[in-house]
Amino acid sequence: MRTCLVVDDSAVIRKVARRILEGLAFRVVEAEDGTDAVALCRAAMPDAILLDWRMPQMDGYEFLRELRRLPEGDKPKVVFCTTENDVASIARALHAGADEYIMKPFDKDIMTAKLQEVGLA
Amino acid sequence: MTDADFEYLRGYLKQKSGLALTAEKRYLIESRLLPVCRRFGIATLSDLVGALRLARAGGLDKAVIEAMTTNETFFFRDRAPFDLFRDVLLPQALAARAGVRRLRIWCAAASTGQEPYSLAMLLNEAAPQLAGWRIELIATDLSTEVLEKAKLGLYNQFEVQRGLPVQLMLKYFEQVGEQWRLRPALCQMVDYRPLNLLDRFDHLGTFDIVYCRNVLIYFDAPTKADVLARIAAQLAPDGAVLLGAAETVIGITDALSPDPKHRGLYRHGQARAVAPAPAPALAPAPSLPRFAMR
Repeated sequence: MRTCLVVDDSAVIRKVARRILEGLAFRVVEAEDGTDAVALCRAAMPDAILLDWRMPQMDGYEFLRELRRLPEGDKPKVVFCTTENDVASIARALHAGADEYIMKPFDKDIMTAKLQEVGLA
Repeated sequence: MTDADFEYLRGYLKQKSGLALTAEKRYLIESRLLPVCRRFGIATLSDLVGALRLARAGGLDKAVIEAMTTNETFFFRDRAPFDLFRDVLLPQALAARAGVRRLRIWCAAASTGQEPYSLAMLLNEAAPQLAGWRIELIATDLSTEVLEKAKLGLYNQFEVQRGLPVQLMLKYFEQVGEQWRLRPALCQMVDYRPLNLLDRFDHLGTFDIVYCRNVLIYFDAPTKADVLARIAAQLAPDGAVLLGAAETVIGITDALSPDPKHRGLYRHGQARAVAPAPAPALAPAPSLPRFAMR
């Protein structure tokens, strides 16, 4: 079973994402912050990462740069999932190594489509 | 709504748009036509039926038909028909039409434009190979309301994220407040025209590729057979038809046959020898706008 790490400081978003991802047959792991997410990735690299941008200690952009430096850190498909919905932010995320981008609010169809886009649904 | 009202509406919709409603879909009439009643100041569905019978409320017939039309669509829907276009149909056309450098594509149920614009993006991605070609991308739909939206090329955040890879979104759309507008050059590649598939469409001319997806499922078998036979009559001898994932020609018509190599792709079938040829005076249609790939 594929694993998706959901990194978001909102418990509500994590819960919604978990419900959708479990429906798509993912095992879901959660982190509230980029720092926690790095530790989880060091322990076991997930197949996909659903990543918020604004988080208290390490934000999504920093996390992504950190992730891509880790051994096997180029493997997970990273889908940003954020309210940073402007062209500049999207371009910055892609430049940093994101594979796809979800603008919040999102629904099941969008998440499914984006995971299909990166070959995981 | 009485049983007689339901039967009238069922017959009316079948005659006007081909929509075949079963008794289980009665709820659909109520949920979609009550807002039409409110818009036209009509108290009940029975009164609406009465107005339709008398044909006295201007625009009511159109509003009823459009309200019952399903316009569900999204960019690159089902993916495979677009991969087929990029990987199979376009390379085949590039080889087969190299002499005439002309390609005619028809999206027969274009809805709010995501399907023809998906094709426009793929054509644009292949622009270097299509330099000097004359491409016609014609998109039709029964509903003028959805065609107006399609022409604008303006989509909300949900629409633009359904099926559209983020790289293509950045490349072909510009952000306008909370909406995303397709770049004018792409919008201009598509020629939108209102068309009821129950009506004649031989005036559109002959096509190399026809996308007729997720509309035949709403028709009964004889209507499907009729529409498919008329599409086949407008199809170039080596042309291709793409139907929706839940649609087929098997058991309906032999005017088209499945391409054994590619699911959802159909070619001329056994009936081609007896299919009526398009009227020479009507095809092709020289008045249609075209765009040239530079």
